[in-house]
Amino acid sequence: MSNYILQIKDVHVEVEGKEVVKGVTLDIGKGEVHALMGKNGSGKSSLSNAIMGHPSYSITSGDVLLDGVSVLEMDPNERSLAGLFLAFQYPQAVPGVTVANFLRSALMARRNDDKAMRTFRKELYAAMDALEVDHEFGGRYLNDGFSGGEKKRLEILQLSMLKPTMALLDETDSGLDIDALKIVSEGINNYCSAENGILLVTHYQRILDYVKPTKVHVMIDGKIVKTGGPEIALELEKSGYESFQPELAEVSG
Amino acid sequence: MSDKAQNTQTATELPPDPMIKGDDYAEKYGFYSAEAAKNYFLKGGKGLSHEVVENISRIKGEPQWMNDFRHKSLDIFLSKPMPNWGDTKLMGELDFQNIYYYIKPTEKSAQDNWDDVPDYIKNTFDKLGIPEAEQKFLGGVSAQFESEVVYHSLKEDLAKKGVIFLDMDEALKQHPDLVKKYFSTVIPPSDNKFAALNSAVWSGGSFIYVPKGVDVGAAPLQAYFRINAENMGQFERTLIIADEGARVHYIEGCTAPIWSSDSLHSAVVEVIAHDSAYIRYTTIQNWANNIYNLVTKRAVAKKNATVEWVDGNLGSKLTMKFPCVYLAEEGAKAEILSVAFAGTGQHQDAGAKVIHVAKNTSSRITSKSISKDKGIASYRGMVKVYKGAEGSKVSVECDALLIGSEARSDTYPTMEIHEDNVKIEHEARVSKVSEEQLFYLTSRGISEDDARLLIVNGFIEPFTKELPMEYAVELNRLIELEMTGSVG
Repeated sequence: MSNYILQIKDVHVEVEGKEVVKGVTLDIGKGEVHALMGKNGSGKSSLSNAIMGHPSYSITSGDVLLDGVSVLEMDPNERSLAGLFLAFQYPQAVPGVTVANFLRSALMARRNDDKAMRTFRKELYAAMDALEVDHEFGGRYLNDGFSGGEKKRLEILQLSMLKPTMALLDETDSGLDIDALKIVSEGINNYCSAENGILLVTHYQRILDYVKPTKVHVMIDGKIVKTGGPEIALELEKSGYESFQPELAEVSG
Repeated sequence: MSDKAQNTQTATELPPDPMIKGDDYAEKYGFYSAEAAKNYFLKGGKGLSHEVVENISRIKGEPQWMNDFRHKSLDIFLSKPMPNWGDTKLMGELDFQNIYYYIKPTEKSAQDNWDDVPDYIKNTFDKLGIPEAEQKFLGGVSAQFESEVVYHSLKEDLAKKGVIFLDMDEALKQHPDLVKKYFSTVIPPSDNKFAALNSAVWSGGSFIYVPKGVDVGAAPLQAYFRINAENMGQFERTLIIADEGARVHYIEGCTAPIWSSDSLHSAVVEVIAHDSAYIRYTTIQNWANNIYNLVTKRAVAKKNATVEWVDGNLGSKLTMKFPCVYLAEEGAKAEILSVAFAGTGQHQDAGAKVIHVAKNTSSRITSKSISKDKGIASYRGMVKVYKGAEGSKVSVECDALLIGSEARSDTYPTMEIHEDNVKIEHEARVSKVSEEQLFYLTSRGISEDDARLLIVNGFIEPFTKELPMEYAVELNRLIELEMTGSVG
């Protein structure tokens, strides 16, 4: 058994015949938080979607191991049950399906037992309280008419209820004001444990003030061009992505 | 809707779980009672003639005016051609001479004590959960088996307030003047070929009269229609009258065994809402896929009255049903909310019709249809606003959801507006279950089938939320049956 929760091995991803991730290798150990930083279009969201199994993002070569087991042959729901989770950058609205029913269905898929579901309401309310979400939220339709901030809170609410072993958080910080960012970050920190891992995909250094990364990776044009400690994020903040560009030239040249 | 059903969820309450697994249709609804068939008190031969009509009328011991009405209606039926619109192919396959027009399941008329209903019939309704529902929340129950109502009940407090809830045959005996006053005033036999057929051979159905100011809204009255025999024709006749300021909620359900050859269900439903009355008529139709369901439903709403049709169409081979409200006087309101689900081999041709005759009348039509695989769902709507119906409001919303690349949805909206001072809104949308939605749900561990079911149940939620909780749960279960494709 591996000490890594998630291993991304030389993964290439195509969308509509175009390669958007061009060989990414990344290992995430238990208890680690990795930040994956990059500009729009750098391929970081494509990488997260492909790992979760989005049908439009195909992994053309390489492998993704969760707890040492390849997930590539699994359907998205099987990946979820195996312990993977993706907090979406743009969560889908599903009109008519309440948040509570959706969460109940997701938990039922794990427990498949009416007895184990008896505590559902209690769990839901506790998770809502921790994220300062009104209980009324449970009766609203999934992401339907939600503000950007509400959507992101709902993603973290799901994270805290589904308790995955590996969470991919795709720009969970975008669209949040500072108060919401603090609450959401706290939710992420509460989820962190020695047994699970986080890949935090983000544009900005901002969230890293609250969620401390073990490692930071910089992604440009489908490749990781630099890996290091939290100081890299600060460097990015100061000098921008452009300062990493020459290194890319070196790597590819 | 203007009046919420009494157990609509409050915001903080969690809604019912839509994912409860049901058995398949055949086992749960599609069973056949051979015992009941063995014990039929009277089963005539197949086919239609004046002799058949005469026999039905004579067995029932009807007054002469009804006997005349039946024969006259048969003449109209025979003289009218089949409709030249709609699914003429499926209609053409209907053989009127291969139908049993009258089956009397027991010797006695409707019992008001459940224990007095013969076991061989009781078993069917027990299995369908009717007595349970009666105890739990209904104000009255009527159970029709083949051509006749076999059981009937009305809560004592409602009876004391003067509410009449009887089967139509019994009403004709006990309240002949009241029946005669309203019968066939909303839908004459000449209205269409199937209304003529029903008028000739009608049997059973409900008669409801709610006196002035009496409110039956909190405890719905329910009728359940069960077809058991192969090639059965069921022709119930329902008449609902709410007097001034009265309120009533009527619910009907229906099921049948799965036979390889066709049966016919052709009802006529007439609804009359007097001044300031409120009538809601809810249908959860759950026919087996060999049933032709050709029904005429129409209401008249008088001054400031409200009529709501809440119409759920599942199952059947061909359904043609366009509930209508005639907004006859100032301030009258109509709400028509419908859901149709068509799978392979099914055509749901459903819709709504509203006629604005008077000032400041308003109507809202919301139609949701789901077509799956080779199923066809059609919305056929007609809104007519007469000159002088000024200040009237019309809102029509049609939503179609397609599942699979061969599913079909057609929309035939007709609007005839002869008045300038009116507000008209019309929206139509066709959508598919999107890959993004499916991915979002499956990424949470929900299987693809369950995810699709959640999306479909969500799509019809505006309809489901109007139903009493028990029916909402039932409807979600029925949708699940349709989605898994296990229906005959």
